[in-house]
Amino acid sequence: MNYLQSIGYNTLNALTGFGRALLMLVGAIIAVPQRKNIRLTVHQIYVVGVQSLLIIMVSGLFIGMVMALQGYTILVNYGAEGSLGPMVALSLLRELGPVVTALLFAGRAGSALTAEIGLMKATEQLSSLEMMAVDPLRRIIAPRFWAGVIAMPMLALIFSAIGILGGHLVGVDWLGVDAGSYWSIMQATVEWDKDVVNGIIKSFVFAVVVTWIAIFKGYDAIPTSEGISQATTQTVVYSSLAVLGLDFVLTALMFGIN
Amino acid sequence: MTTRKTELLVGIFVVLTLAAGLLLALNVANQGMSGSDQSYTLYAKFDNIGGLKPRSAVKVGGVTVGRVESIYLDQDDFTPVVVLSISEQYNNFPDTSSVAILTSGLLGEQYIGFQPGFAFDDPVVLTDGDFISDTKSALVLEDLIGQFLFSRDSN
Repeated sequence: MNYLQSIGYNTLNALTGFGRALLMLVGAIIAVPQRKNIRLTVHQIYVVGVQSLLIIMVSGLFIGMVMALQGYTILVNYGAEGSLGPMVALSLLRELGPVVTALLFAGRAGSALTAEIGLMKATEQLSSLEMMAVDPLRRIIAPRFWAGVIAMPMLALIFSAIGILGGHLVGVDWLGVDAGSYWSIMQATVEWDKDVVNGIIKSFVFAVVVTWIAIFKGYDAIPTSEGISQATTQTVVYSSLAVLGLDFVLTALMFGIN
Repeated sequence: MTTRKTELLVGIFVVLTLAAGLLLALNVANQGMSGSDQSYTLYAKFDNIGGLKPRSAVKVGGVTVGRVESIYLDQDDFTPVVVLSISEQYNNFPDTSSVAILTSGLLGEQYIGFQPGFAFDDPVVLTDGDFISDTKSALVLEDLIGQFLFSRDSN
């Protein structure tokens, strides 16, 4: 009997948690940045976007370089090293760009968002805002949500572009693949609406999910130091799992069915 | 951190994104080249299409003039019909033209090789919805090996 009760308790807990998360998401989406508080959003884009730029660009460069190196050693056996360009470009645009950016973003910016909002809650700054008749959803949550949603697709685009240039660096400048074939076969293979736009859509979906999880975990954290540390860990774990799981679903929908 | 500096850095971020998007659009996806969406449709009936897929290229002497729009099976005689979407800019192919399914390289993808026919004094050009009657099917390796073995036996 106790066992059954605990199942029911946990189910109800999970459902109410999801309900609160959904309500918060709706609130954040409705509170689109207005003209008067666009400054707050711009500042958050600086915090989550510009400050993530370095790690995104360095990872993009090295992932592109490693892929060119690995791809070359296999493709050269078949005399197909000209296909290095499309291999690097397609894997970056379709998969690695959006996914790796989302994972890095969850670790770099998502955990920071959770910790920041969680500490605001623990030190009762959110309650003080409400006391002053300032809606924390509008003042704190919405700018961070929109900044994340705007910044992550931009970071993913930069990641892919830098990765392709890194592939060029290793493939063409170092290993001696013909520069003309690197670009021209890439141009013949990659399609704007199929590959690039689908990658941007993927990255947009990841942005909504990762930022949502990060903000909600902070907003819903137990207001103690232990609670905040738990919430931060959960943000990284849940967003990584959500990104990897959603990536399969999105890939199946976009590229799986002809 | 002053607001001014923040806004400047966000501005640089946006410009970087635009540069990345431009690189992807012009250099990677080559969006600028295929400006004209105007196209007309031709049909071709093959015995066997091999590994041809929708979006495969249609080439005249190596120049891409269109794409394979779709492939379906004719329910009456059970032969595959390939729908070709040809750019409107190339609209004066004579109706004696032929199409063949070719492979680029040994392991490459299959595409449609479009061979324009001879144009006499008053050529009838292919227009939207026409069927191309002269077609050559894809080369199937197993059939080829079978023919080879068969011809060796008879010798």
